[in-house]
Amino acid sequence: MALNITDIKSIAHLARIEINEQEAATTLTKLSGILGLIEQMQAVDTKDITPMSHSQNVVQRLREDVVTQTNQREEFQKIAPILGNGSGLPAVQDGLYLVPQVIE
Amino acid sequence: MINSSLKQLSQMLAKKEISSVELTQTFLSRINQFNPSINAFITLDEAKTLTQAKAADVRIAAGKAEALTGIPFAQKDIFCAKGWQTTCGSKMLANFIAPYDAHVISQFDAAGAVNLGKTNMDEFAMGSSNETSYFGGVKNPWDFERVPGGSSGGSAAAVAARLCAAATGTDTGGSIRQPASLCGFTGLKPTYGLVSRYGMIAFASSLDQAGPMAKSAEDCSMMLNVMAGFDERDSTSLNRPKEDYTRGLVSMQGDKPLKGLRIGLPKEYFAEGLDAGVAKVVQDAIAEYKKLGAEIIDISLPNSKLSIPVYYVLAPAEASSNLSRYDGVRYGHRAEKYTDLMDMYCKSRAEGFGAEVKRRILIGTYVLSAGYYDAYYLKAQQIRRLIADDFVQAFKKCDIIMGPTAPSTAFKAGEKADDPVAMYLQDVYTIATNLAGLPGMSIPAGFSNGLPVGLQLMGNYFDEARMLDIAHAYQQVTDWHVRMPELKIPEVAA
Repeated sequence: MALNITDIKSIAHLARIEINEQEAATTLTKLSGILGLIEQMQAVDTKDITPMSHSQNVVQRLREDVVTQTNQREEFQKIAPILGNGSGLPAVQDGLYLVPQVIE
Repeated sequence: MINSSLKQLSQMLAKKEISSVELTQTFLSRINQFNPSINAFITLDEAKTLTQAKAADVRIAAGKAEALTGIPFAQKDIFCAKGWQTTCGSKMLANFIAPYDAHVISQFDAAGAVNLGKTNMDEFAMGSSNETSYFGGVKNPWDFERVPGGSSGGSAAAVAARLCAAATGTDTGGSIRQPASLCGFTGLKPTYGLVSRYGMIAFASSLDQAGPMAKSAEDCSMMLNVMAGFDERDSTSLNRPKEDYTRGLVSMQGDKPLKGLRIGLPKEYFAEGLDAGVAKVVQDAIAEYKKLGAEIIDISLPNSKLSIPVYYVLAPAEASSNLSRYDGVRYGHRAEKYTDLMDMYCKSRAEGFGAEVKRRILIGTYVLSAGYYDAYYLKAQQIRRLIADDFVQAFKKCDIIMGPTAPSTAFKAGEKADDPVAMYLQDVYTIATNLAGLPGMSIPAGFSNGLPVGLQLMGNYFDEARMLDIAHAYQQVTDWHVRMPELKIPEVAA
């Protein structure tokens, strides 16, 4: 299926990647080339072939329902993105991550 | 010393002919001299490195050394190493200090090995030339105008230029083997599930596998002993008995050590698209294997030509899912200016990811989107089975499959950078084993126009020990693996 600029913008939105007009145009050319390559698959008859999601035929392991992790919140929050206010501090407060207000 | 095998270095350390600190400093000074031109390393931290070397010397003195204790390795920057900047070649993670160790890193640490630094790579391992790295391209030590291959390009250049004793890499579609071919050293991608993916930054989880990048098969076998093994923190890690991958090497002596070995040559790997110079080197290597007693059998992998289209559905699909975690909230790049939460996500990701990563996320998002799932993703999974079944049939007729690793020798920087489809064809011979989950190797087999050429070995599941033996047998009668490039770089002013 041939893509157009509107498709590219809508895919970029689904992927949460901002894209401007010029990027969308370049992306359209490159993606169309890649999809052309992928189209080769359509010539193959795959009727009744079981899809292979994984190379090893194993079942998901389960573990005992016990605590295995210790709380490392401070360690992990040290590497949070930096606040945009010039303070150089990580965007965290009271053990939570700071993001733009979502609910008025 | 820089060209010594791991076994030789291990013996020198054991006999106290050299200390780990001295050995480490030898490599650090080579790195200081050559890395500014080659750009193989993204992060160096001499203090951390030398602390490990000192600890190794204490351990050796205490008589508690293991095979790799005190030996300096370069680690691909895809492995989280606690306290080390771990970027995965991306602006998105340029300031990410890993808060924990990947399984592979802990294994090397437990063995007493020394971490020399984190090596350059294509961004999120998406590339075959190292040109997609946010931290710049890497020079091929054999010819600075050319690429080292990718995605493990920094590790490849570091091994080839002897900036480390050996290095680690990861291989999703050929990222250990293709650079091994282009830079002239030995690289192994193990059976999927043999080496834990814990702490290895995810690209395409059903294909990603870590492996050794070193001068010889013997070196790779010693490293695999440390890297392989069950880890419950990786849900696809396979719980199998520990193996000694060096165990068979010693038997590869005498006149015809490979008598009775059946080598399959897939006709599809010698068809159109293969450079004539590469074909010649590969044929010569096969002839050498005949002399070692092997029997050559013609085989066919009829669906292998579909591995690139299948891969470019499955890998981007998995990548689009894996990379959705980079939202600028908990770690990684966050845009400076944004209007609301959605805008923060979209801008942070637009700024943090490079062009090739974005392309793959978009392809993945598209093939997984409503209405296209059956036509792309499901179809690709069905053909993946056909490709894997080809190998099942082939291994009924032969013990090992051989062919070229890459269709050409190292190409010039910039030559394919603007044409993703041309770049993707670099992995035409390597991707099928990733899709099937099989082990694959590349070993140096000679030169074409002064550039290294790799011979690819593809084995059956869990056949690494035998593959290493077969590679070792060749390396007993050839010296391609000890050839090293003449580095014509002006010494950096002190």
